[in-house]
Amino acid sequence: MIGRKSIRLTVNGVAYEKSVEPRLLLSDFLRQELGLTGTHVGCEQGVCGACTIILNGDSVRACLMLAVQADGAAVETVEGLGSIHRLSALQQAFQDHHALQCGYCTPGMLMTVVDLMRKYPLASDEEIREGLSGNLCRCTGYAHIVRAVRAFIEQTRSAP
Amino acid sequence: MKPVAFDYLAAESLGSALSALSQAGGDGKILAGGQSLLPMLNFRLLRPSLLIDINRIPGLAYVEAAEGAIRIGALTRHHALETSSLVEAHLPVLGAAMRHVAHLAIRNRGTIGGSLSHADPAAELPMLALLLDAKIGIHSLNGRRTAAAREFFVGALATSLGEDEMVTDVELPKLPPGTGWAFAEVARRAGDFALAAVGVTISARDGKAAQVRIAMMGVGETPLRAPEAETLLAGRAIDAAAIEQAAAAMQAIIAPNTDLHASADYRHFLIGALARRAIDTAWRRALGELS
Repeated sequence: MIGRKSIRLTVNGVAYEKSVEPRLLLSDFLRQELGLTGTHVGCEQGVCGACTIILNGDSVRACLMLAVQADGAAVETVEGLGSIHRLSALQQAFQDHHALQCGYCTPGMLMTVVDLMRKYPLASDEEIREGLSGNLCRCTGYAHIVRAVRAFIEQTRSAP
Repeated sequence: MKPVAFDYLAAESLGSALSALSQAGGDGKILAGGQSLLPMLNFRLLRPSLLIDINRIPGLAYVEAAEGAIRIGALTRHHALETSSLVEAHLPVLGAAMRHVAHLAIRNRGTIGGSLSHADPAAELPMLALLLDAKIGIHSLNGRRTAAAREFFVGALATSLGEDEMVTDVELPKLPPGTGWAFAEVARRAGDFALAAVGVTISARDGKAAQVRIAMMGVGETPLRAPEAETLLAGRAIDAAAIEQAAAAMQAIIAPNTDLHASADYRHFLIGALARRAIDTAWRRALGELS
């Protein structure tokens, strides 16, 4: 019998304490234990990027971490960006530029952009494409996503 | 696509990790960044009874300058290497290669110790360790030993690590100022595993190549050095004919596989193209014609 472990963490600023099986993936923990289904699960092998979240300030694949590893961590998910009635500026840019169709990849795209913005200049569309190369989208052909990110960067960086 | 059940230890010291590893008797796995281990667990290719998480052990993540070398702790994340000013100053070829390692979210978690221990033949860090003559620090309950990168990688996903041993640090000799270098890779997409890659360092003296090191990957069971090509180039001024000879010498010692991503023929072709590009760039840097 493999013992469950007790973990404490915050997700989007809300504190949780839960007992989990060691093998439970962080992505499944967020979706099934906390009901935060905004984090999508595509491939469960780190390739598609749909489950990308922010952990202690860095973007990570939630399917490539165990929930027990997040003990003590501060997690941010797409639910922390904005709400249906009050989209964040990045989410609004995605809507304005038609950067999603089915929306499956969108949470991972958004959380990836949050981290890319902090770490890279993203001065060109090529850099944006390279930054997003770990996030697969099967609908849009990426052009509208790049356009949305470009617009968001211009808007954010020109703001006083 | 879910791991089998296992027990989990968040080790708080190197000693407790090593004794748990020893007690597990080959049935335990060290969990560092987890970016290769977790997919293998999710696929159930691995079914360890115990995971020993080393992420909470203090003092395993660092990049520091030592006498003539840069020392890197096993738990140092790829993104930390990518952005390290010490790496940029003394091992620019490593810094350049890090930008080809997967994607930011993977680089935020993945570690150098994990990548070397996993020993993927198409991963950048094992090849860079081989190119730069890394000395790999390894601990077990019996103490510390070091292994040269040349003897550490023994096959695809296979190293000389014993089942009770763990990589703890990597020492890379600094490139002397003025050393020319290049890293060239072809992957299907930015961040994908390389179809093939070539790394080169060249030091020049009196207009001639002095020390030449060449490594390649994606074309064998392990990353490879190219001793024939290195010898061909050393001691002469490198011109187009020399580059052609070296590229041919590199192609002569590889036997790449065909897989879903590329045919053996294409990988063979790529090594020639990447070799020409990388040797030329490294030589021009060694002459000071290129920054």
